[in-house]
Amino acid sequence: MKHMTARTLFDQIWDRHAVCTGPEGSSILYIDLHLVHEVTSPQAFEGLRQANRKVRRTDLTFATLDHNIPTTGDRMLLEDALARTQVEALRKNCRDFGVPLFDLDAPEQGIVHVIGPELGLTQPGATIVCGDSHTSTHGAFGALAFGIGTSEVEHVLATQCLVQKKPKSMLVRFTGLTGAGVTAKDLILALIAQIGIDGATGHVIEYAGEAIRALSMEARMTVCNMSIEGGARAGMIAPDQTTFDYLKGRRFAPQGEAWENAQRQWSTLKSDAAAKFDSTVEINAAQIAPFVTWGTNPGMAAPVTGEVPDPDQGANASERNGMARALEYMGLSAHTRIEDISVDRVFIGSCTNARLEDIRSAARVVKGYRISKGVQGMIVPGSQQVKREAEKEGLHRIFTDAGFEWRESGCSMCLGMNADRLKPGERCASTSNRNFEGRQGAGGRTHLVSPAMAAAAAVAGRFVDVRKWHYKD
Amino acid sequence: MQSFTVHTGIVASLPRENVDTDQIIPKQFLKRIERTGYGNVLFFDWRYDKEGKPDATFPLNEPQYCGATILLAGKNFGCGSSREHAVWALRDYGFRAIIAPSFADIFANNCVKNGVLTVALRPPEIAQLLARDAAGLYRLKIDLERRQVSWNGGFQAHFDIDPFSRSLLLEGLDEIGTTLKREAEIEKYEQRRQAGL
Repeated sequence: MKHMTARTLFDQIWDRHAVCTGPEGSSILYIDLHLVHEVTSPQAFEGLRQANRKVRRTDLTFATLDHNIPTTGDRMLLEDALARTQVEALRKNCRDFGVPLFDLDAPEQGIVHVIGPELGLTQPGATIVCGDSHTSTHGAFGALAFGIGTSEVEHVLATQCLVQKKPKSMLVRFTGLTGAGVTAKDLILALIAQIGIDGATGHVIEYAGEAIRALSMEARMTVCNMSIEGGARAGMIAPDQTTFDYLKGRRFAPQGEAWENAQRQWSTLKSDAAAKFDSTVEINAAQIAPFVTWGTNPGMAAPVTGEVPDPDQGANASERNGMARALEYMGLSAHTRIEDISVDRVFIGSCTNARLEDIRSAARVVKGYRISKGVQGMIVPGSQQVKREAEKEGLHRIFTDAGFEWRESGCSMCLGMNADRLKPGERCASTSNRNFEGRQGAGGRTHLVSPAMAAAAAVAGRFVDVRKWHYKD
Repeated sequence: MQSFTVHTGIVASLPRENVDTDQIIPKQFLKRIERTGYGNVLFFDWRYDKEGKPDATFPLNEPQYCGATILLAGKNFGCGSSREHAVWALRDYGFRAIIAPSFADIFANNCVKNGVLTVALRPPEIAQLLARDAAGLYRLKIDLERRQVSWNGGFQAHFDIDPFSRSLLLEGLDEIGTTLKREAEIEKYEQRRQAGL
């Protein structure tokens, strides 16, 4: 008999998508959904052209523009010539190969990892890939979703499959419940601070535990999104009623009888009780405070109540060097209290934290306040849909009244491929996912935080513990 | 794809941990639509100063590393963004292999697809190589068939690599072409799924 042994959710999805065994112990894995954007796809389409190949499943492939596009002005004009070339290349590629594209003027346009779930394209049990490391976001629905390079993008376009060696599995259990003011962003930053940015390399993480079950879909996406920052191949959460409630009625979700059947099948998607993981991590969510990164990778993080660590406390010479380099780049000295770090810029956006709940949570903090003098703040909704919904609730007014800029949707200053960039030396509270050197602009200094923490920093001009915030609502 | 069998070359050392792909190639160079021409912007922000002149403090700018084809780096090399441009930049610069204690998953995958070999060695072996580096220019021989790194003076280390990546590199296969040979099985799978099985 097949599958007598207990299997993890990851095993189950993997087995279901293994078309056949590939060469040398690999598997040929079927891909249910392939998301495409302008930056990592042009060379892949060019490869297809040169080899005279087609896109195998144009019905399972969706493209959008998000990485290099402006968030202000008439976006169809695209003044940056290089960016325009790339955008036009994607338009032409989608036309030539028959791939649907959510263009800059489309009501569906947005960050690829925001629109997939929003449109109901992201579904439990599916395999999902995209030429972007934050594809792990979609794992929040109990999908196996991971980022790939351009060569693999070409491989999926041509074959709808990938040749893969099966990763290991890791269970991350968040016991207890988070306190008020502590968000999904803090859970994932706390995890990465504990296991390190290569702590989950080679593994697919399944997140479980009381604190995860209590999260909304949007918050679960934030957790899964940053799995890659712990080195993981993917992160996933078993689907439940929260998942089904989110998906029901969305445009590409099954409808009517098909919905009933799908939900019945999705309800079975969970790790068997006796399933074994290659490793397990347990964290008490009740003890997690809001986190702020102080260094140049997402693992260099401390609770807002803490201080910048002393490089002398590093475990070995190379860690000490890394910490010292990071502090030099960040313009910080050891033992500085996190709450004494002031900011010049605040960025609320990105595939990590630019969904409606994130915007709401920031708006609630900002309401009735003004941004601190000298601080520049910008809100970049994750998609046009998020933007429309936020505006319907009047949230944009709260921000603009407070002195924030309210922008069009895109990746924006998460990676600074467009004009949204930090100047050298500028310090930014950012809801994005990477604080690497120069990530938000050459010489820029990034501190990763939750939307509420970023909003509070904008008002206070420095990091403050949002758990003590005086809300004016 | 260019195959990799045996390669002997000058080793350049970049003893930093967690070198992310944003450092290997910053975002402003991801707007091109070609696969080549990235060598001169490899490590751009580290390699050049504000005036665009080579930064003398960056290891790769040391004259002794001129012509290096093997890069020795710290653990978790290539973490972060999935941008394959990072591998294209390393390859265009002239690197055929990268040696480190560990690599990020997506980056390592991308290397295989471009004929660049990632060699994971144990920390003491890396330390030995760094010590050798301090004594001046040296070359290493990397034999993928035998999974061995060595130099004439006696150093010899064995490395593990998954058999699939190894065979792809040894044969320089067109992976898409290989998968397309299994098209009948892919079609059968699609039919099975369509039928709800």
